[in-house]
Amino acid sequence: MYETTYQRPKDLAGAAAAFAAGGDARYLAGGQTLIPTMKQRLAAPSELIDVARLAELQGIAASGDVLTIGAATTHAEVAGSATVKAAIPALARLAGLIGDPAVRHRGTLGGSLANNDPAADYPAAVLALGATVHTDKRAIPAAEFFTGLFSTALADGEIVTKVAFPVPAKAAYEKFANPASRYAMAGVFVARLKDGGVRVGVTGAGNRGVFRSAEFETALSGDFAEKALAPLSVDPAAMISDIHGSAAYRANLVKVMARRAVKAIE
Amino acid sequence: MSKVSMTVNGEAVAAEVEDRTLLVEFLREHLHLTGTHIGCDTSQCGACLVHVDGKAMKSCSMLAVQAEAAEVVTIEGLARNGELHPMQQAFHEHHGLQCGFCTPGMIMSAIDMVRRLGPKLDEATIRHELEGNICRCTGYQNIVAAIAAGAAAMGG
Repeated sequence: MYETTYQRPKDLAGAAAAFAAGGDARYLAGGQTLIPTMKQRLAAPSELIDVARLAELQGIAASGDVLTIGAATTHAEVAGSATVKAAIPALARLAGLIGDPAVRHRGTLGGSLANNDPAADYPAAVLALGATVHTDKRAIPAAEFFTGLFSTALADGEIVTKVAFPVPAKAAYEKFANPASRYAMAGVFVARLKDGGVRVGVTGAGNRGVFRSAEFETALSGDFAEKALAPLSVDPAAMISDIHGSAAYRANLVKVMARRAVKAIE
Repeated sequence: MSKVSMTVNGEAVAAEVEDRTLLVEFLREHLHLTGTHIGCDTSQCGACLVHVDGKAMKSCSMLAVQAEAAEVVTIEGLARNGELHPMQQAFHEHHGLQCGFCTPGMIMSAIDMVRRLGPKLDEATIRHELEGNICRCTGYQNIVAAIAAGAAAMGG
């Protein structure tokens, strides 16, 4: 790891100020991606600004039809939260499928979203549930948040503070994990909304990152049943192809995971 | 450089370290607690696993300064008055190791597992929960047996 300097501001305003005053500064939350990346010298920020303990980024609360989770909440906390399990059990399940137990004790919701790894789990849920990503400056709808591989609508220095998830009627997440890394080779989050709409978020597979499948959504809106997906196929041209699986393999996996998720809800 | 202070195995420690010092480097090179191992260096093997504020974490994937004011427990902190921790004793009795390199991480992971899931752990649960710990000798059979026995012993 190259040299860096570390600071832990006391509040959100202090963190933003430290970022603005820094050179090539980066925010640090759980660090489960950033620290390994720095160890490999693929990232070398001059300043690390630790936001993991900021009070403004903590807490899980459900009120009415919205579940709000602080950005610094760890995957283990989401997976084990009675509030999350009661409001959106599929989200608790998703969090419990991330990485391994030790990673889940440190990795955070906000960190995962800001990083927007194309194989991360949370983006599928945020997109499918139509969540709102709150920052220290504004509220960003999920549809505008993810802008491509490892890129988001966040401006330089902007901090994710919390995420508001509308509670769906029912939802399910099914994932085919890479056996070594536990990252999704295909992860599909299906949400049946209270207004009758259906949304499908797909992660791990698309070559432009997380996406919604309009075809699946149309088919399921007409007939919410596993068999409604049977005649459909996913275009391999839009899929990732790498050493872990070809585009055609991932295209098939997306369909299989979607069918399993629908079956879990039916 | 930053001053970092924390409690390690019940003792207050403080030191001036480079900000980039990993927690595992702080434990091994500053405190000479070399029971915590560095295996893969890519966050996958779990040999560096320690408890930070009661939770299993990979000490190779966090900075020492991130553990400021935390309670850290390493493999050296488990035995009491010369008596092995029940999980250590179970690894000993069931020969839950071959070369022994992954053992400290396995034991710390196993104790974390019991704290989260209770003392009655079936084989499938143990194998699933061990996904963050790699044994290069492929000696999982006895590790799983040791964890089941150690968990039961921890339960009383």
